[in-house]
Formats: sequence, C-alpha cells, structure tokens
Amino acid sequence: MTQPSQPSVTAQPPASAPAPHERSAPAAPGVTFDVQGLNAWFAANQVLSDISLQVQPKAVTAIIGPSGCGKSTFLRTLNRMHELVPGARVEGRILLFGQDLYACDVDPTLVRRRVGMVFQKSNPFPAMSIADNVTAGLKLNGVRQRTVLRERLEQTLRMAALWDEVKDRLSANALSLSGGQQQRLCIARALAIEPEVLLMDEPASALDPLATAKIEELILELRRQFTIVIVTHNMQQASRVSDFTAFLYLGKLIEADHTKQIFTNPRIKQTEDYVTGRFG
Amino acid sequence: MISAVCFACALMVILPLALVLLRLVRMGASSIDWAFLTQLQKPEGEPGGGMANAIVGSLILMGLAALIGVPVGVLGGIYLSEYASNRLKWSVRFAADILNGTPSIVWGIVVYALVVVPMKGASAYAGGLALGLIMIPLVIRTTEEMLALVPNSYREAALALGVSKWKTIVFIVLKTAGKGIITGVLLACSRVAGETAPLLFTTSGNQFWSRRLSDPIASLPRQIYTFAIGPYDDQHRQAWAGALILILLVLSINIGVRIITREGSAKPVK
Repeated sequence: MTQPSQPSVTAQPPASAPAPHERSAPAAPGVTFDVQGLNAWFAANQVLSDISLQVQPKAVTAIIGPSGCGKSTFLRTLNRMHELVPGARVEGRILLFGQDLYACDVDPTLVRRRVGMVFQKSNPFPAMSIADNVTAGLKLNGVRQRTVLRERLEQTLRMAALWDEVKDRLSANALSLSGGQQQRLCIARALAIEPEVLLMDEPASALDPLATAKIEELILELRRQFTIVIVTHNMQQASRVSDFTAFLYLGKLIEADHTKQIFTNPRIKQTEDYVTGRFG
Repeated sequence: MISAVCFACALMVILPLALVLLRLVRMGASSIDWAFLTQLQKPEGEPGGGMANAIVGSLILMGLAALIGVPVGVLGGIYLSEYASNRLKWSVRFAADILNGTPSIVWGIVVYALVVVPMKGASAYAGGLALGLIMIPLVIRTTEEMLALVPNSYREAALALGVSKWKTIVFIVLKTAGKGIITGVLLACSRVAGETAPLLFTTSGNQFWSRRLSDPIASLPRQIYTFAIGPYDDQHRQAWAGALILILLVLSINIGVRIITREGSAKPVK
C-alpha cells in the first residue's frame, strides 16, 4: 500500500488544544476536509467534542473506535446528514476544499451531491430496477438525456465491479441481488452523481467474508479517484484498506495518523489499548 | 377448548356477512333487471321503474367526496408523517381518531348548518362535502401509517444523493407506500358509499336526474331508506334490490383492494 508522502493528519490531545475560535484558521492547502473544532449533539446529549482533523485527498481515512464513540455521527456531519435527525445540532467548521460546509448560504442538498454516502445496511430503492437504482440520483437531480444516463450506468457499475454480474438483467428488481451485490449497487448509485468524496459507514459489517473482501478490493480501487472516509469497527479492515486512521473514543479524537503508525506505534496509550484489543 | 371459543368468535364475523348477503340475494336479485338499472322510479304506487338516478347519484357523491377527502387526507398524512413535530403529530392523530368515531349524522348536521342553510337548499355539493369530511380523517390516518412503514433508510439514501426533501417524498417515499395508500383511499370510499345519515340532511333526495351539482341528488342509501319505509310492496322489492346493488358496489371495491395488495406482495422477481 503506497502512502502519500507528507503525513499531515494530526490530532491535538484535548489538554493542549487551543480554544476552537483560535484554531479557525484558513484551510490547509490540498486537504479534502479540514475539520476545525467540531461539536455535535443529539438534543442535549453531546456526541462529538472539539474534533479537529484533516482528511487527505485520494486516500482512505478510516475512523475507528468502540460502539457509541461517535464514528457514524462524525461521518454524517461531513455531508450534513446529522442535522436530519430532529434535535440534532452541529458547531464548528468543516471546510471541503476550503469551503465551509456549514456556512449559512450553503444548501445541504448541494453538499450531499458533492459528498456521497454508503450506508451500513444496503438500501437499494425497492420499487426500482437495478438500472433505475443507479441512475436515480441523476434523474431526480434533473438529468434527462438517455445517452448520458446509459453511459453513466455502465461506467459506474463497472467502477463498482458489478457490471459483469448484472449487465444481462439491468431491468430486474434491485432486491433480487445478493447482499454483497446490493451493497455494491449502492456504491454505484452513490458514484453515479460524481461526488468528490465518498463516505462509507461500516459498508461491509452486514456481509460475509467473501463479499467483504470484494468491497475492500473495490475501496482500494476507488481510492485512486476519490477521497474516501470509512467508518469501521473492524480493525483488521482499517489496517487493510486505509492510509490514515483516526481513533475516536467517547466523542473525542484521541489520535490520528498514518494507519501503519496507529497500528504499530501509537503515541497515546488509549489508542494502543484499543488497537491491541485490550478494550472496546 | 380455547381454540374452539376463538373459532366461534371468528365465525361471528363471517356469519352476519353471509346471512346478510344470502338474504339480500334472495330478496333482491330477482328484482334487478335492465329496467331497474336504467330507469327512473315510477310515480307513487305504480309498479316497475328503477333506481338509475340513485346509482349514478351515489357514484357522483363518492366522486365528490374523494375529490375533497383524498387530496386533503393524503397531503395531511404526508405532512404528519414527514414534517410535523411530535407534539403536533400527537394532537392531529388524536383529533383524527375522535373524528373517526364521530357519528356520521353529526357531519350531516354540520354541513346542513354550514352549506345547506346558506345555499338555501340541499345539493350534491353538500352531500359530497359531508362524505368528504368523513373520509379525511380515515385517509389521513392510513396515509400516515403507510408512510411510517417506509424504512427511514430509503429516505436517507435519497437525501444522501443530494435529492431535495420534497422530491424524496414524492418519488421515493410515496412510490414505496403507494399501494398501501391507494388501498386506504379505496376502503375509505367504500366506507362512505354506504353512509346514509349525512345524506338525509344534505341531499334531500331526487326522483329525477339531477342536472346540476347544486341540485338535490338521489343516492342509493337514501333511496333504500325512502322505499323501505314506504307503503308499497313494489317499493319494498326495489329497496331490497337497491341494497343488493349497494353491497355489491362495496364488495367489489374491497375485492379490488385485495387484488391490488396481492399484486403488491407477489411481485415477480427475476
């Protein structure tokens, strides 16, 4: 696994972290996401506190941590899905290529077009064919030309390594596919609207080892073209597919670094305890 | 032992329907002929004639009721399921349940006071409005329940594709729940098709064809009522026939619903 040369993923331990407003610096050049002092709540319950993290382009960043540590919530703040839950709230800044996603003039639906998402449980639209599922995002966003749809259909199904398996039954109901195929269909559906980033929320946790291996292969393939942020509770998976790893615990970012560093020589004791399986 | 008791209770549901149907067929079937379906009623005491205007009137009233009840009910149900805060949801649900339990004659009186009196006369509009008002809470509740059955993961999938909320609702959520909502709407239609009480105050019946919707209009339930309490044997005979037609109408809507829902569950998957 080749890794980008400059490791600039950093996490300040909470004790030495400056106050969020001091850190609202301009975005570091070249990073995809620059998260600055992010806090998130479900009603009165704070689930993320003061997270600062930079996500590198064309690389896979894994978010690991025990259940309930805020991994999924963190992921959902990156495409403004968190706020869809009644009572949910976000503070802080997230810059995507320098643009603040939470600025008041930003339309969350446009953010979600730039930042695609794949969910834990595959969720193809049940009343639609395989082809319609892939092109649903395009059609609902106003793309009408049949040639464009047709082209993008094949292109994204190939990208999702699903084309050969479904090319003869594109009009079959999407639910006729196996679990692993459904998840790859959901990946194709997310890729079809040409996002700049792909978020994956435990995309293989409901799949058998073989289907999981296929998804992981796909992630390594997609990372040539996309920035990928993946949440996983499977540490082997994080070490297999990611270039960078961020460890979250109780809503705080404990450590973020090159994946190799996190798994072989973490700087913080908690990280070491977690990745060696002593807790979590 | 317990299963036998349960079986007996279940039989109590089937038995009345079977008895009613049998009785209606025996008393009414022989009177249903072409004349009954196509002619107006004859002058008092004269044999023959039919209920054509009442059959058409019932269909018109159902159409008017659906015109009011379906849009308000479906849109209200969408609002409840997709937009409303929990407190508002609770209060609208509560109100809809109370309205569902309101005796239908109350609706007749309400519409009488609000429409018939100011318009100085009964009309198809007034009858359709009364039936539509009865439909609204029924349709709101079923729409809301059907939308609540749509897993949230489909909404999230669409929203994560950068699809706006209303497009998500129309093209993903409604599409998924469509069959259930259509079923609910049809059942509400068949429920109001048999309503008699609200029509007593609002349509005042009509022996002839209504030429305008602002005219009084005939309807099956009302005609059955009038003929059943009338003094003539021939009218009694026709009341039985009318009742049979009405129950066949309701039955066919219900069977239609069965067909729609069966097609929904047994979708061919290649």
